[in-house]
Order: sequence, then C-alpha cells, then structure tokens
Amino acid sequence: MKLSFSVEDEHFRNEVAAWLADNLCGEFEQIRHRGGPGDEHMFVQERIAWERQLYSGGWTCVGWPEEFGGRGASIEQQVVFHEEYARAGGPGRIGHIGETLTGPTIIAFGSDEQKQRFLPGILRGEQLWCQGYSEPAAGSDLANIKTKARFCEESGQWSISGQKVWTSLAHESQFCFVLARTDSESVGHRGLGFFLMEMAQPGIEVVPIEQLTGTSEFNEVFFDEAVCGAQDIVGEPGDGWKVAMGLLGFERGVSTLGQQMLFRNEFDEIVRVAKTNGAAQNSAIRQRIADAYVGLQIMRANSMRMLSGGGSGELQKEAMIYKLYWATWHRNLGKLAMDVLGSESEVLEGGPYELGRLQSMYLFTRSDTIYGGTNQIQRNIIAERALGMPREPRG
Amino acid sequence: MEFKFTEQQEMIRDTADAFLAKSSASAAVRSAMVSELGYDPHLWSSITQEMFWQAIHIPEQYGGMGLGYVELVAMLEQMGRYLLCSPFYSTVCLAGNALLVAGTEQQKEKYLPEIVAGSTATLAYTGAKGGWDASAIDVVCEPQGDGFVLNGIYRFVPDGHSVDLLVVAARAPDTQGEAGISLFVLPAATEGITRQWLPTMDQTRKQAQLEFHDVSVDGASVMQAPGRAWPLLEKIIDLATVAISADQLGGSQKTLDSSVEYLQQRVQFGRVIASYQAVKHKAADMMVKVEASRSAVYYAACIADEALQGEALGSQLAEVASIAKAYCSDAYFHNAGSAIQLHGGVGFTAEYDIQLYFKRAKSTETFLGDGAFHRERLACILLDGEAVA
Repeated sequence: MKLSFSVEDEHFRNEVAAWLADNLCGEFEQIRHRGGPGDEHMFVQERIAWERQLYSGGWTCVGWPEEFGGRGASIEQQVVFHEEYARAGGPGRIGHIGETLTGPTIIAFGSDEQKQRFLPGILRGEQLWCQGYSEPAAGSDLANIKTKARFCEESGQWSISGQKVWTSLAHESQFCFVLARTDSESVGHRGLGFFLMEMAQPGIEVVPIEQLTGTSEFNEVFFDEAVCGAQDIVGEPGDGWKVAMGLLGFERGVSTLGQQMLFRNEFDEIVRVAKTNGAAQNSAIRQRIADAYVGLQIMRANSMRMLSGGGSGELQKEAMIYKLYWATWHRNLGKLAMDVLGSESEVLEGGPYELGRLQSMYLFTRSDTIYGGTNQIQRNIIAERALGMPREPRG
Repeated sequence: MEFKFTEQQEMIRDTADAFLAKSSASAAVRSAMVSELGYDPHLWSSITQEMFWQAIHIPEQYGGMGLGYVELVAMLEQMGRYLLCSPFYSTVCLAGNALLVAGTEQQKEKYLPEIVAGSTATLAYTGAKGGWDASAIDVVCEPQGDGFVLNGIYRFVPDGHSVDLLVVAARAPDTQGEAGISLFVLPAATEGITRQWLPTMDQTRKQAQLEFHDVSVDGASVMQAPGRAWPLLEKIIDLATVAISADQLGGSQKTLDSSVEYLQQRVQFGRVIASYQAVKHKAADMMVKVEASRSAVYYAACIADEALQGEALGSQLAEVASIAKAYCSDAYFHNAGSAIQLHGGVGFTAEYDIQLYFKRAKSTETFLGDGAFHRERLACILLDGEAVA
C-alpha cells in the first residue's frame, strides 16, 4: 500500500494548479466556488465562457483518449486534476454531462460519423448536453420508460414522443441524449434505443421545475413528435439499455476526490461559523462536527481504495457503498450546518427567498439521497449484488 | 498511489485466515476463554514458534521479520474475525510498540528478542479511576538512587495477570496531565507487584489489576525521556489504537457474514428471510459500516507505518488513529447488535457465537477510548484553535 502520488503525477499537479492560478481570475473571479450542486442555475453564460477558457488550455476532457482530442490522462492524473480544480474553487462544470457521459458513450458505442460530429463540440466547450433518462413513471425503475421512438420511412427520421423529467440544464443545452422505446410492444430493458437529439426544434418543450430551494436546476422536457436523423441512434434499435448502462460505468470515481474537496469547503465553513458563534463550545455540537470529519476522511480513504482497485469486472465493495455513504453523510452535514447556525439558520440573506450558502446546501442535500439511485435502491443493490441476497420480486 | 494490499500482504492475510480457521474455531475459543489464563499455551506456542507472527513488524536487527504495520493489521483483522484468545495484542501491539517507540537501545536489544522468542508482555498506564488519556495515569514514581520507586494501582491491563514483562507509565509526585510522565520496563515478577485477574463480560480478552507497592526499578529499567515521556506514550497508544481498530474491523465483518449466512437458511412464511427487504436493508447498512471501517483502518495502518519509519505523513497518526477507533468502535457495536437482531431468538442463546462478538465489540469499544472519547479528541484538533473571523 502506498498513499502518495508519483513524482510525475505531482508535476502534473503543479501544472494544473499553475494554469488555474493564472486563468481562474479576472473576469472569472466571480464564478469561483459557484455553479455547483444547488447552484447550477447561476452564472450560466460566464461558466460557458469558462468552458472555452479551459479548452484553450487543453483542460477539457482530460480523461478522453488523445485520438479524440483528450489528454489521455491516467486515472491518477484525472484524480489530481479534479482535486486541484476543486481546491482552486473551480466553478461547477457546465459541460460535465457532455464530457463525462455523452463523450465516453459515443467513444465506446458510437459510429465514426457520430464521433466526428459530436466530440469536437464537447471538447471545445461549445455544445452543452443534458440527459433524458428519468420519466414520471420511471424513476428508480428506469427500465419502465414510456417515451416512444418511431422510425418514419417517408422522412427517414426518428420521431420521438413522450416526457422526461429531472433534466438538469435542459434549457441551456443544445443537445440531449434520450432513452426511448423503439419497440412499442416491448417492456422493461428490452426494445430501447439511445438517441442523440437537438434541443432547438418545434417538437421539444422545456418546463422548469421549481424546487424546494425556490430555484430551478431541473426541468421537465416534453417530446411531441420531435425528430432526429436515422444516423443519430447510438448502436442498434434495442441496444439502448446496454448503451445506457455502459454509460453509468464510465464515471469510475475519478471525480470523487474533487467532490470531497467541495464537501471539505462546506465543512470548513461550518467549523468557521461554530468557532465564531460559540457553537464550538457545545459538547453535542463538538461530537457531531468531529463525526462529520471522521466521515469525510473515511470517504477520502474509501475513494482511494476505489481508484486503486478496478480490476476488470471485479466487484468492488468500496465502490458499491459509495453513493449511499456520501449521500447520507452530506445530508447529515446539511442538518449539522443549520444546528451550528442555531436561530440564525432561519434568517435569509434577503427577500423574497435568497438563501445563504449553508441554507442552500441544507435544502439541496435532501435530494442527494434520492437522485442517482435512492438510498433504498442502493441498499437493494448492495444486498443483492454484494451480499448475494435474493432479488426483489419485479412486476 | 496504490491503496490496496500487495500480493505479499494478501498472502499474509490469507495465511492468517487459514491458520485461525483451524486453530481458533468456536470450540477452541470457548475452551480458552473460560480459563483464567485466557488462552491455550499450545496455540500460543504454534503462533510464536511456527507462524512467527509476533515478529512481524519487529526490525530484523532484533530478530524480527522487519515487515510493516499494514502486514500487522492484515493479521489483526483476522484475529478479530476469529475471536482469537491470545496475548498477541498485549505483547506485540502494546509492549512491542512501546519498546520500539520508547525503549533505549539496550532495552530493545534485551527485550525485543525475548518477545520474538515467545515471551509475553503488556503495557499498563490507566490508574484506578480509569480513562485513557494522560490524566488517567496516577501511579506515582519517586526517584531513588539511579532508578525510581513506584506506588499505585493499574486497572484494565490486557493480560496483565499472565504476562512475563511489563511496560508501565507513572508520574512524578504532584504532577498532572501530560507533565511528569515516565515509562519503565520491568519483569512482571518484580517484588512488590500484586497481580489480580479481573473477570470480564467479554471473556475472550483478559484484563487484570496490578498493584504496585514500593516497587523499586533501577536505571536500566527507565525508558526514554524520563519525566517527559507523554509524547512517546501517546504515539504508542495511537499505534495500539490503530491495532485494536483492526480487530474491530475483523469482528464487524464476521458479524455481517454470519448474519447473511443465517438469513439465507432461515425460512419463514415460505421464503428465506434474506428475501425480505427490511432484512436486506439492515444487512446493507452493516456492509457500509464494514467497508468504511476497512478504509479507515487500512489508511491508518499506512500512516502508522510512516510514523514508525519517521516519515512525513506520520504526523497524522493521532488523527487517523482517532478516526479509525471512533468509527470502528461504533460500527462494530452497531453490527454486532444488528447481528443478534437478524439472528432472532437464536442470537440470544449462548450456543451461537454471535453473542461472543457482541461482547467483544463492547470491550474493544471501551478499551483505549470509545467513539465519544475519540471524537472529542478530534474536536480539540478541529475547533480549539483561534477563532477565524
């Protein structure tokens, strides 16, 4: 076991840090630490400009293979990049869906034509993507999607009708990848297709969802005979589930240490408040702050295990617990933040409903244990796949 | 960065697993734990003469194998998993670490080879009023010639009634807290020491009370930094804390494994009860705690290695030891308690081993400070600096 990074990786770290210090300033100073979860709706134009700045330095898509314009960075280097990015206060990446989901999916499953058409725009930070997975009747049960894709022989195009929900950045994105049913008679994970669609067309309507935070990062997206070309399906009709599940496997946890840096910033802010307002003298609060710190440091060690493993196809228990672990931890941190603030936790920064940073975090963390697989679904997965207990009956 | 076991470390773990599966099965544990000695001398002899485990992290110059703390922790995890009854922890993780950290060169050359040869030892510092920090030390040492004379009572001393060698902490008269602490190494048979076994709820880990009445020790028994040895003792305790956390990790894992095995067999309402979601979710929560414990313990073991080698990351030892102990103590207790619940009625019987884990969870939780103790220790690091405006 070895905890430190190699000399080469430390050089890479210095390179990343130096570039960020030179570039994340001036016009971009105002977006430092902004645009993260709960704040994704803020500074959209500035963050789009920042994507292009990143591209100019060669810092978009660092994990993509060089032949597609990436840096071909190793797992360690990607970890280092995410860590330094978060340490520098890099804004929430508005291009992250394209970079981490669409791009790797097209690289793995797409046609040459799709690679040529879509990858450069993602790389340059010019094309923003959103994800069309969840539907009103397909949340945890994603395979229950109803959106239909029909191939129209006359026009030679796919026609898509249905509804997606919880689509973040839909109103800012030029493209959406959409999971839809190509075989209208099919049920479950069979008979699905994975489509690459342009958002700007008459058949697509985006309706923001106002959240309990009073802000709207998520949207409903309605498809009414929206179209995409015959060449815009990834894989064959019927391959959609395979493509969609492959996509979920691309993340590999390289961003987890960066995510933890964001958590660390929040934790430090809570400690600062506690020291300032005297909550740090309260023994119950002291226990909870220390407990949060224990949880955060273990999360980091767990990520390092996750990143060091990764033998092909090997079941990694530390990876299976990750979502349930961090989501629960972060939700508790939100509650702790309010309890440290005490009575001040109720008072907003301004009217009518301007939340402070910790208040926003507190409210937003209620979604952590829901999106991306609820805590309950995570427990099912752990029990069934890691512990070998019988599967839930499925209707 | 390579945060996983090497092939050699995996081999050490697997060897310990295979050996203990045979030698520390339920019947062996139950036979050893009811004796006052608390272990089977034949098994101890196998461990020290055939397996050579006691030598694992002792440097080669003292007859040891010269491996690291990660290797030690890999074995301790298995010992916890099999509820091993033995003086291994007290000898290697308490006294062995004490000699490595605070022994003079002469003491290391004399006593470490004895430990390698199979003699037993322990560390005593907590006085009659209990506690696990510096203020717990209340045995007094007064200068006498080139040595000292010690008076007072030590409690909760692992294997204190049976070991050959003692490392003890004592304080100068009228000192408090971290001031005035000295460490001594002396044979347990030294005149003036009365040793008494303390029957305990967890019978797999033996404890004793040691009464020191005018115990004279000469200069050769005085360890490094007399009168200001707390930083050394704190490091020893932190190393021992990482080690006991590994025992807890192994126990936590076993409570999960036993529960899942039982749930897969027990049928009610025509289904194995493992198929019920209420039960599955409880098991899933147990696995989260096991894997988080594992990450905490292995990370702490890496840092312990660095601390023993004098490397830079070693400065984190106090913090990672408290993180590991705080988490693993609560996790083991939670898992052992859940395991009894998941076993239903049989979990409450003496026949099933799960009760032994429940008891070891509590005794290891209390030992060297429980979760609340270690969280407060971390809170002091995090919160008691200057207020930031």
